[in-house]
Amino acid sequence: MTSVLGFFQAIPYEELLIQTVNGIVTGMILALIASGLTLIFGIMDVVNFAHGELFMFGAYMGVVVLAATGSFWLALLLASLIVALIGAALQITTLRPLLGRDPLTTILATFGISLVMQNYALWQFGPVARKIQEPFTGQFTLFHLQYPWYRVLIAALSAAIIGAFWLFLKYGTYGIWIRATTQDRVMAEAMGIPVLWVHTAVFAIGAGMAAASGVLFGPLVGVNHAMGLDWVLKAFIVVVVGGMGNLGGSIAASIFISLLEAYASIWVSPAQAVIVSFVVLILTLLFRPTGLFVPTPK
Amino acid sequence: MSKRSATVYWTGFCIVLALLIVAPLVLPEFWRRFLTEILIWGLLAMSSDILIGYTGMVSFGHSAFFGLGMYGAAAALLMVRPPNLWLAMLYGLIGSAAIALFVAYFSTRLRDIYFAITTLIFSQIFYVIIFTWTEVTGGENGLTFRRPPLEIPGLFSEPFTSETLHWFVLAVVTASYLILRRITQSPFGMVLQSIRENEPRTRAIGYAVDRYKIVAVMLSGLFAGLAGVLYALQNRFAAPDFVYFLVSGETVIFNVMGGIGTLVGPIVGAGFFLLLREAFSRFFTEYYLIPVGVIFIAMVIFMPQGLLGFMRRWLNQ
Repeated sequence: MTSVLGFFQAIPYEELLIQTVNGIVTGMILALIASGLTLIFGIMDVVNFAHGELFMFGAYMGVVVLAATGSFWLALLLASLIVALIGAALQITTLRPLLGRDPLTTILATFGISLVMQNYALWQFGPVARKIQEPFTGQFTLFHLQYPWYRVLIAALSAAIIGAFWLFLKYGTYGIWIRATTQDRVMAEAMGIPVLWVHTAVFAIGAGMAAASGVLFGPLVGVNHAMGLDWVLKAFIVVVVGGMGNLGGSIAASIFISLLEAYASIWVSPAQAVIVSFVVLILTLLFRPTGLFVPTPK
Repeated sequence: MSKRSATVYWTGFCIVLALLIVAPLVLPEFWRRFLTEILIWGLLAMSSDILIGYTGMVSFGHSAFFGLGMYGAAAALLMVRPPNLWLAMLYGLIGSAAIALFVAYFSTRLRDIYFAITTLIFSQIFYVIIFTWTEVTGGENGLTFRRPPLEIPGLFSEPFTSETLHWFVLAVVTASYLILRRITQSPFGMVLQSIRENEPRTRAIGYAVDRYKIVAVMLSGLFAGLAGVLYALQNRFAAPDFVYFLVSGETVIFNVMGGIGTLVGPIVGAGFFLLLREAFSRFFTEYYLIPVGVIFIAMVIFMPQGLLGFMRRWLNQ
């Protein structure tokens, strides 16, 4: 009995709560990246290796626009738009010719894109990390910590963007086109939906969302050319754990995995906490390869 | 295949081999080293061709096997005095085989993209372990060690020169090529190719597909580990950068550039890639991956067969 009590007393409740908040904040950023990725996979069987680089480009565009205009919100908006256009251009030039080929070739093509973009960023912006100034610096007290309001705002904004996107998918005409194409490409085409352009649009939307999360995340860490690599891996894990092509699942999985990593980093270093999410992925693939957050397939 | 065609093939093989043997005698030091490096990366790419080209599974985790080969060799060279070449190879192979068994057991249950992602994640797990376990692996700085002498126990022992290192690497790579070629033409290799063509049907005929896949991944990992050992010997260090997934990505690039399912294609691809890198880094310095990446994308779209794809049939006779 005493050992049980001792166990419960040993749990650092304050740390747990702080890490819960942290986990949800990173989870929402991750969800913003992953929902684009999962949609791109769901609709055109493209495993987009370059998604992390779109995120990184977004952050850099944020830096550039912020330096030019001084407005964080304008930076967020413009960076998303610019990267969405870049995404559309990339899709038309490289992915459209690969339509109908083995999905594995799209991994190769997007891997090539990611190499090019990463080195382009290194070339343009140099190896020194850039900083995005956060739009406001208020803090509130969370136990022994001064917790920045900005982090809470990130979570709320990410949720708002994802929510708006979800509503668009559910009720917008074009959203319905997108869902129809995901369900049955051939039938959608037969109904007169311009499937090719739906693909481009989805890629652009996904790119824009990745860029938005890049700008939002920029103030928390430095912006550098390699920042996309960690995130694309995490986003892959999330997309698989949440069920490929499943929007709700990937949002749930983002928060789930970010929370696990946040809790793990109470005890081990953050670099090692990553292993937790790797293990979750492998267990998922072994026991429920269709994803954790989807109904059991019949 | 006809007898004449086989004669042509073996003549070609001998000519290329002879050129590679003579090469270090005529090339300047820089290009000698460069050629050795092509052979090592070529071996790595060739090992992954067993999976990509012959079994139809794209592995994005070959850096783990390569890296474990490196660190295995490093362990042998640092722990055992005096450093012994063959022990380094043995340790490297044991390291990569152990990892390959582990990875194969889990990843072969999945197919296509899921297989690619799982192998990628596994290699990242090993990367994180190696990167953070500083006491044993040296962490970010890696390990440095001395190169062991080239020796045959009881016969002779002398330090490596860049020529003998090249010949040693060439011997290992040629032997690996011949072994892998023999394997792909054996009944076992035929089963692998039938898995690539039609997995359900292979299963229906009664082959234990999963077991074949596990053996294929292990075989592939073993030769990747061998490449890692050679690389460690050439450069006298082991670093976590080589376990990072970008190396796996480059391995796949070598395969696609050279032509999958040809075994020699990946070596040619590695050579082509390294030459492009060399040529472009004159103009673009460290940003050479921009033009190389563009060329790679163009090849994926317009030339999916790779450089040697047109002679795939002939090379596999």
